[in-house]
Amino acid sequence: MVQFALPQNSKIKKGIQHPIKEKSESPKKIVIYRWNPDDNENPRLDSYEIDLKKCGPMVLDALMKIKNEIDSSLTFRRSCREGVCGSCAMNIDGVNTLACLKPIEEVNGEIRIYPLPHMPVVKDLVPDLSKVYKQLASIKPWIQRSKKPEPSKSKLIEEIKQSPKDREKLDGQWECVLCFCCTTSCPSYWWNSDEYLGPAVLLQAARWVNDSRDVERKNRLREINDSMKLYRCHSIMNCTRSCPKGLNPAKAIADLKKAIVTEI
Amino acid sequence: MNRPLSPHLSIHKKVLTAVFSIFHRFTGIGLSVGAFLLSLWIIMLALGEEYYGIFRTISTFFIFKVILFIWTLAIFYHLYNGIRYLIWSYGKMMDLNLVYKTGYVVLFLSFISTLLVWLAV
Repeated sequence: MVQFALPQNSKIKKGIQHPIKEKSESPKKIVIYRWNPDDNENPRLDSYEIDLKKCGPMVLDALMKIKNEIDSSLTFRRSCREGVCGSCAMNIDGVNTLACLKPIEEVNGEIRIYPLPHMPVVKDLVPDLSKVYKQLASIKPWIQRSKKPEPSKSKLIEEIKQSPKDREKLDGQWECVLCFCCTTSCPSYWWNSDEYLGPAVLLQAARWVNDSRDVERKNRLREINDSMKLYRCHSIMNCTRSCPKGLNPAKAIADLKKAIVTEI
Repeated sequence: MNRPLSPHLSIHKKVLTAVFSIFHRFTGIGLSVGAFLLSLWIIMLALGEEYYGIFRTISTFFIFKVILFIWTLAIFYHLYNGIRYLIWSYGKMMDLNLVYKTGYVVLFLSFISTLLVWLAV
C-alpha cells in the first residue's frame, strides 16, 4: 500500500547534540538516526562532531570513531570493512550504500545517516531483514538437479561441469553481497514489499535461472511470472543507481521478463 | 514488537532515475485527464456554434495557452520516454551511464519538439 507519511511511532524527533570538545582543523558534523527499543520513545536525530584529521577515510571509520570515543550506545552492523560482506548497508547522504565503501570526502557539509529506507528498525541503523531473507528463500537460491542421479559408468557420482562460456553468464549476478541497498531504494518495493520480491531477490532469481547446471530454469521462470512478484518492477532504475558493487539488477529483471516472454 | 518504520521518501535523495520515472507517470495521468478534456472539446464542437463559442472564449485565456503548452510537453515526454522503456524491454541501453544519457536526450527532444510544434502553429 502506498503510504507516503511515516506512522505515528516512526516520526523523527530532535535528538542530542555532541559538539566537538577540542579545537580541530577539519571538524565534520555527522547526523545519525537513533532509535532504542528499550526507552519507548520515537526515533531521533543525534549529531556528532568529529575531527577528520583523526579519522579513517570512510564513513564506516567515522561511525566506529563515534562508537569508540563519543557514544558507545550507537548501534550498526559491520564486519569486513571492504565491501564483501554487505553488513554496513545504510542510507548515507540520501543514497543507500555500504558505509565501508563510501568516502567521507564525497559528502559536502554534514553527513546524514539513516537506516535502509522503509524497513522495520531493530535499533539505530540496524534494519530488520527477516522479510527480505524469507523472500530470498522463496526463489530457492540453490542448484536444483533432477531427482534421480544420472547414470554413470563408474559408480562415482560425476562432477557437474560448467564451460567457461556458461560460467560467464553469471557475471554481474554472483557478485551480489545481499546488502539490500537496491531493494530498499526501490519506491515500488516500498509500496509493495508484501508481495513484490524486489531487485536484490530478483537478481538472485536471475542468477539461478541462468545457471547452466540447474535443471529447473523453466519452472523458476514460471514461479516468478506473477503480476506482484516480478511485474511491480517499473524500471525506475534506482536499484542500479544505488548498488555499491556496480551491479545492474534492473537489467537482470528486464532479461527475466524477456526470458518469460520468449521461453514459456 | 512495535518497531518504527525507517524514513523513506522524505530522506532518499531525489535521484534522476526516479525523477524520470515519476514524471512518466505524472505525464501519463495528465494525458488521461487531457483525453477527457479533448472529448469535451469535441462535444462542444458537435453541439454547434453556441457551445463552441464557450470554448472560443476559454481559449483566449492566457492560462489556457499555458496548460496547452504543458500538455504538448507531456505528450512528447511520454512518447519519447515510452520509446526508452520499449528499448529497455529488450534489455538494451540499461547501463547506468546510458540510462542517464538517454534521460537527458528524452528531455532535450521533448522540449525541441514542443517548441517546434508551437512555432509551427
